[in-house]
Amino acid sequence: MQNAAIPSQPSAQNSEAASSPTVSAIIRAEKVEKYYAQPSQNRIQVISPTDLSVVAGEILALLGPSGSGKSTMLRMLTGLSTPTAGQVYWHETPIANAETNVSIVFQSFALFPWLTVLENVEAPLQARGVDPEERRARSMKMLDTVGLDGFEAAYPKELSGGMKQRVGFARALVVEPEVLFMDEPFSALDVLTAENLRSELLELWANKTMPTKAVFIVTHNIEEAVLLADRIVVLGRNPGHIRTDFRVQLPQPRDRKSEPFTQLVDYIYKVLTRPDVAPAEAPDQQTGPRPRDQRQMHYQMLPHARPGGVAGLLELLLDKGGRDDIYRLADDLAFEIDDLLPIVDAAQLLGFLTIDEGDAAITPSGTEFANSEILRQKELFRDAAITNVLLLRQIRRALESKSDHTVPEEFFLDMLDEQFSEEEGLRQMETATAWGRYAELFDFDSGRRRFVLPDVSEEDAANENSASEDGK
Amino acid sequence: MKIQHPLARTLVTARSWPFFMDLVVAGVALSVFFAVVSTGVYWLGKPVPVVPISNSISALPLYAFYSIVRMGIAYMLSLAFAISYGYIAAYNPRIEPLMVAVLDILQSIPVLSFLPPVVLAMVALVPGHQLGIEMGVILLIFTGQVWNLAFSFYSSLKSIPREMVEASRIYRFSAWQRFIQLEMPYAAIGLVWNSIVSVAGGWFALIFCETFTMGDRNFQLPGLGSYIQTATYSGDMRALWSGIAAVVLIVVATDQLVWRPLIAWSDKFKFEQVESTERVTSPILELLRRSNLFSTLPGRVFSRIDEPIFRRLAKNPKSHVVHALDGEDRSRPSAALWTMAALAAVFVFWGATKAALMLATVTWPELRLLLEGAAATFLRVNASLLISAAWTIPVGVAIGLNPRLARIVQPIAQILASVPATAFFPILLMGLVKIGGGLGVGSIALMLLGTQWYILFNVIAGAMSIPSDLREVSTLYHFTRWQRWTRLILPGIFPYLITGMVTASGGAWNASVMAEYSHVKDRTLETIGLGAQIDAATDSGRFPVLLLATIMISLMVVTMNRLVWRRLYRLAETRYKLET
Repeated sequence: MQNAAIPSQPSAQNSEAASSPTVSAIIRAEKVEKYYAQPSQNRIQVISPTDLSVVAGEILALLGPSGSGKSTMLRMLTGLSTPTAGQVYWHETPIANAETNVSIVFQSFALFPWLTVLENVEAPLQARGVDPEERRARSMKMLDTVGLDGFEAAYPKELSGGMKQRVGFARALVVEPEVLFMDEPFSALDVLTAENLRSELLELWANKTMPTKAVFIVTHNIEEAVLLADRIVVLGRNPGHIRTDFRVQLPQPRDRKSEPFTQLVDYIYKVLTRPDVAPAEAPDQQTGPRPRDQRQMHYQMLPHARPGGVAGLLELLLDKGGRDDIYRLADDLAFEIDDLLPIVDAAQLLGFLTIDEGDAAITPSGTEFANSEILRQKELFRDAAITNVLLLRQIRRALESKSDHTVPEEFFLDMLDEQFSEEEGLRQMETATAWGRYAELFDFDSGRRRFVLPDVSEEDAANENSASEDGK
Repeated sequence: MKIQHPLARTLVTARSWPFFMDLVVAGVALSVFFAVVSTGVYWLGKPVPVVPISNSISALPLYAFYSIVRMGIAYMLSLAFAISYGYIAAYNPRIEPLMVAVLDILQSIPVLSFLPPVVLAMVALVPGHQLGIEMGVILLIFTGQVWNLAFSFYSSLKSIPREMVEASRIYRFSAWQRFIQLEMPYAAIGLVWNSIVSVAGGWFALIFCETFTMGDRNFQLPGLGSYIQTATYSGDMRALWSGIAAVVLIVVATDQLVWRPLIAWSDKFKFEQVESTERVTSPILELLRRSNLFSTLPGRVFSRIDEPIFRRLAKNPKSHVVHALDGEDRSRPSAALWTMAALAAVFVFWGATKAALMLATVTWPELRLLLEGAAATFLRVNASLLISAAWTIPVGVAIGLNPRLARIVQPIAQILASVPATAFFPILLMGLVKIGGGLGVGSIALMLLGTQWYILFNVIAGAMSIPSDLREVSTLYHFTRWQRWTRLILPGIFPYLITGMVTASGGAWNASVMAEYSHVKDRTLETIGLGAQIDAATDSGRFPVLLLATIMISLMVVTMNRLVWRRLYRLAETRYKLET
């Protein structure tokens, strides 16, 4: 059953920084190979000779279809499993004799159900002979870090899946591992919980809250890999081998909807679904100026508030001496806080007020706005909107640059779809339209779903209309 | 393998191994038997004082105390041995297959047939002293208890989820920490349930073996068993009943004071992701937990001992390295190991040959008698199984499908299963003598006494486990009574029924040794059977016949296990398993 048909690709293209045996490699696998014995005297090769290094400062994601030996690879790199041939080095010492310092976060959490949360986290420290007092203090601090403050006396079976995995993280991090290994850590969790834990992990990593120098994550989820990793290694199967190994240069935090992100996901998907085709180069991930760079810019989320509401809020705030607690404001207005917040957000976005420890404080421009009469208010609102709201700026610019000074709504909706769900895109457009009309930035022809520049709306648009009618 | 079926004396292995292994085990057993017998015969000349047994009721507490101490020592030894044995078997791949084969065979052999040679050998080791018999009896109870405990511990170790083991490795747990934080907790529930079964089996054997006759020699120990037997010989009904009452009292008290608190306590070791709603409660455990002394003291004392151990272990350089789970110890066995293995093989071969030569002295008439006896006992055991099944299936299902009734009856059945049938044998025997019946049919009744509870208990558990939605479906579609039984109930209880039958068959074989041959008031009741042959051979000191009869019984039990029970068990595991 030995399959030697597919030649191994120890180092694939596009990996200049990745697999050269640099000095900084914490763990280095050299031509590791794994066979499993079968009862019938046959040996099955699960991993063909492979080189792989774990380097300081990066999150490495190992992707691959099931049966590609991802988990086997992880176990060989941690020293849990001995390669059939080849060698794994920990700081250039063979791993079997090295004092490694690694942790694993397991898919099934692998908590001891008969120990409390605290005892579970303390167990690795106990194994290292740490004194009871210090053990307790360090574990409690770690539980605090992962947000399990107050759960130390609970038993794992009393916790939800997400909380169990938090215990798993606390146990892994409490020993301050040099490399943190994770074996499908989020796949037993529901989507939202997984998303939450992922971003918290990234935060810990970015803030250097954990002394960990490298993270190694095994996953079958492509988006997860692109979201987290600085470097992605894709394995193929029969037997396991490296198909491609490349860096991810997108800045954190990463946006799932951005084009480079989706391109990268598509690329990996193609690599995985075509096991017999040699993988192409990874796509260019430059984030610098590109032909349609406007589309790469980030639309703010417009709060769904009416300009009149903003004016009303600012006037009330001015009456209160320019500064007041938001909750008290809601109370005075007999508003639900959820109804007031979009208005506060809108005023903040436009630069009319600032939020400081739960207090809303009016800015000079806000004061001027509140003190002005309606026409001046519109002017001030127009300036603030053009400066602060990208979408309004884009619509205005498009209208000015087009000869007929009209642009279909569709055009901007397409751009919003890149970033928002279809429904939210429509809502964003609705809010932007309301703001733009109020500020007299543009008019909206709701019959033709087109934006029109105000001063041309009568004549030019009429001309165009007749022209198009003539044309028919 | 997880322990799902609480009261099972014989655990059936899922895996099979080469026939060669069985031969090795048989060889070892033969040579050990020979060694035991030859020591025994060699020293037989020394006299052993016979302790007279009083019939007075005031002597009962002291006798009960002696029996309990004997039980306790035997149980502690079994537990310690079982844990070591299971541990060694699970972590030494080289000898693992042999050790598991030994377990599988020894747990199915009726230990009572080993009584005479074992006691003789022990008497020989401590000549001229009661202590020899004492040790012999304890050793015998030990042999009856230890195998299922060892098997349970071994299979628990083998079924620890892989990621848990990996976690203990990657966090560099020492063997000690792994043992107390992972292995023991994981195995605890299986050990508790098997302890209940083991101790029940222990009482069964203890009551039988505190007194036995061999030739003109009486071997007797002060205890409940000998009290009951003396009362039977002398026909003292009052003493007999109070003896039995004492046994039942002890069993019930053990259940309430030891097992129930232990079961309730071991609930925390359940390997489950979510908390279950149903659990065993124990007022005693609640009381202990509420008392200040018991809730804080053990923890404090334990950490006093514990902490220095952990600190010491952490200093060991070996504990700074992650140990791989595979490829450990890939070195070739050393020359010393080979020499030892060779020496052991030589010894086994020599012993087995000697024992085989001893067997050659068995005469043809003796052999014919043995074969007839084997057939008779075989029929009797299976008849008792069928009778048990015939009444326990309808009754058990009726109880199990009625949750309120089940809640009352189940604990009672559990206690009844642990009351040693041996205590009631004398009563039954006296009844038989009175109505003038022979042991031929009577011995079936005696076997029933010991075996039916296991089946009843398991059938109740099986019926309770039938999901209510399946039952609703059968009502909804107006299943006929026949359909209900063949489509729902019988398949539903099948795995449990098989477990109960395996256990009962083991118990019945064991009971045959004492059921087919008895002394009541100077009369010897006897019927044709292998058990009777064993007893008769013991009485007359015919070791070759004893050995051959034991071999035949073991052969039949093991063959039945392999050919019938293991197949049915696999069927139960694959086809009739109700996944929840």
